[in-house]
Amino acid sequence: MSILLDKRTKVLVQGITGSEGSFHTQQMLEYGTKVVAGVTPGKGGTDFIGVPVFNTVEDAVKATGATASAIFVPPPFAADAILEAANSGIKLIICITEGIPAADMVKVYHSIKNTDVRLIGPNCPGVISPGKAKVGIMPGFIHRKGKVGVVSRSGTLTYEAVKQLSDLKIGQSTCVGIGGDPVIGSQFIDIIKLFNEDPHTEGIVMIGEIGGSAEEEAAAYIKKHVAKPVVGFIAGRTAPPGRRMGHAGAIISGGKGTAEEKMKAMKRAGIHVAESPAEIGSTMFEALKSSSNKKSVKVTAKRVAAKKKITKKKK
Amino acid sequence: MKIHEYQAKEIFRKFNVAVPNGKVAKKVDDVKGGAVRAAKELGGKVWVVKAQIHAGGRGKGGGVKVAKSIPQVRKYADEILGMNLVTHQTGPEGKVVNRLLIEEGINIAQELYVGITLDRAQSKNVFMVSTEGGVEIEKVAEETPEKIIKEAVDPAVGLQAYQARKLAFGLGLSGNQFKNAVKFLINLYKVYEATDASIAEINPLVVTKEGDVIALDAKMNFDDNALYRNKDILKYRDFDEEEPLEIEASKYDLNYIKLDGNVGCMVNGAGLAMATMDIIKLAGGEPANFLDVGGGANKETVANGFKIILSDKNVKAILINIFGGIVRCDRVAQGVIDAVNEIHVELPIVVRLEGTNAVEAGVLLKNSGLNFEVAESLEDAAQKVTSVLKK
Repeated sequence: MSILLDKRTKVLVQGITGSEGSFHTQQMLEYGTKVVAGVTPGKGGTDFIGVPVFNTVEDAVKATGATASAIFVPPPFAADAILEAANSGIKLIICITEGIPAADMVKVYHSIKNTDVRLIGPNCPGVISPGKAKVGIMPGFIHRKGKVGVVSRSGTLTYEAVKQLSDLKIGQSTCVGIGGDPVIGSQFIDIIKLFNEDPHTEGIVMIGEIGGSAEEEAAAYIKKHVAKPVVGFIAGRTAPPGRRMGHAGAIISGGKGTAEEKMKAMKRAGIHVAESPAEIGSTMFEALKSSSNKKSVKVTAKRVAAKKKITKKKK
Repeated sequence: MKIHEYQAKEIFRKFNVAVPNGKVAKKVDDVKGGAVRAAKELGGKVWVVKAQIHAGGRGKGGGVKVAKSIPQVRKYADEILGMNLVTHQTGPEGKVVNRLLIEEGINIAQELYVGITLDRAQSKNVFMVSTEGGVEIEKVAEETPEKIIKEAVDPAVGLQAYQARKLAFGLGLSGNQFKNAVKFLINLYKVYEATDASIAEINPLVVTKEGDVIALDAKMNFDDNALYRNKDILKYRDFDEEEPLEIEASKYDLNYIKLDGNVGCMVNGAGLAMATMDIIKLAGGEPANFLDVGGGANKETVANGFKIILSDKNVKAILINIFGGIVRCDRVAQGVIDAVNEIHVELPIVVRLEGTNAVEAGVLLKNSGLNFEVAESLEDAAQKVTSVLKK
């Protein structure tokens, strides 16, 4: 199984007639994604390679029943595009756009925070459920259908990790790029929760980088709630403090957000930390092996833990 | 983007955030734009001579001096102007001081701290104040975190007056000091919002015996993503404060950061670029730079990337690591070959191309007649580039 996205998910593309939007719409269709509509204000009534184009998201949703949106509109208009989708019945918004002002995202984040709309990104490669559908810009062919969930702040580094997994014949249930900006719709925790609840995801890879404290928060969550093997990697051990390393969010400031701190927090949470980016796949391979050996033991342990929880609640 | 203290104060004035009277000087003497002339024009009996560089900790480094006479202004201006100022934020190489800010002396009753920044954990802007002004706030946060008072701002309604009052009371102020502080904090938040700032920090904020609340220092950073709608901020950019190679790279839309090692790297994507630096280090090498060539790695971007990397004379070998997703590796390979032929790169080059059309790319590189080391994996690439250096 997969999270967020599968074969039946009806996807619309905002900014479908732009150069990025049109190219990737084609790629998504080729992968098998059910792209049912596009939105470009002023171009309603036309079509793009057979996909009907609408003036507004509302029109597109009414006509096609789309529930997910991929956003490819330029940064000055992207926050508006997210809010249009959120207020037009879209439940999953995947914003690929890079370079949205943080102040815009702060407003968007709090506007949709307490709704049932899930935002992935911005500044992310998107979401792929291998063999089923992809919404985003990742190359489909490096993925392999399987049982490991991948969640990451970066793009090409995720491809690197995915390829390592696929080469070791470890398939992926879903891969989610949450994005490299300081303000993003979904954090590691949100996605890890979904992977943890998905009965067909057997292991989780999380790829973080310097800056912020999202990895530490995820580690604390994993320690408490996740029994599935988790492999972690943090990029940026050699990054100098105070410098923004490409991603707006990748910056060590005031001595906080270093790779060392994050790796420590992950290790403390029982996460298998890959020291080298070349060892993400092999670390998962080992983790899965030892977890299947331990499985019988773990099942009993889980039961014990569950019992404990119940007694705790009673208290 | 970073700006100077005097520029931040210029912006503050426009928003009625109180700052001391001051003038910028690029020379020492009693001439137009000179420190001595500035002090005379400001009048008074005490002046502060402040080095203007894009780094904090200037006072400790000897870049801020209090002068009690005009000859002293001259002396300090002469000492500081042109000096290589080393602070904990400049790194050991320091920064040359090209500008001074000459300010009137203030009758300080108390030094406080005020800062606004984005709290990523809450996705909200957070106002922070502390009675522990004039010292490194990181130290305060670590040793006595209870002395920092925080207020998160709801983006839907902005900073509320009660929040400003809470902060001002938290600073232990009363009477005129309290009234002026509330006004100050509200206006400071207006500056922060109106300019798409990422940091607004005043350390120290001073209160005077007369009850004035004044920004003795001023630090502002801005969100690069929002500069397109803040053209008046963009004009404050000081190219003298930036690494020349980084300016050059930004002209080609390349994201480059110079480091101290000798392995130049060219990578697509920020995360992979960081990971490539990390694995070079793990293999025993030292990365010379961070360079993200972005999504569209073609002949031009690769050629420009080479030019930037080669301008750094410390570079002894180059590692190219491209994961072709949408980008086709054979095109990147052709770009690498053309660029190497065109600009005659003589340093050893290790190339690792993975993803779309990687096999075709490998064939192209092998048949090029050029001396590439083709790596099969990320690990292999790091090993190859560090072993090349040992030869």
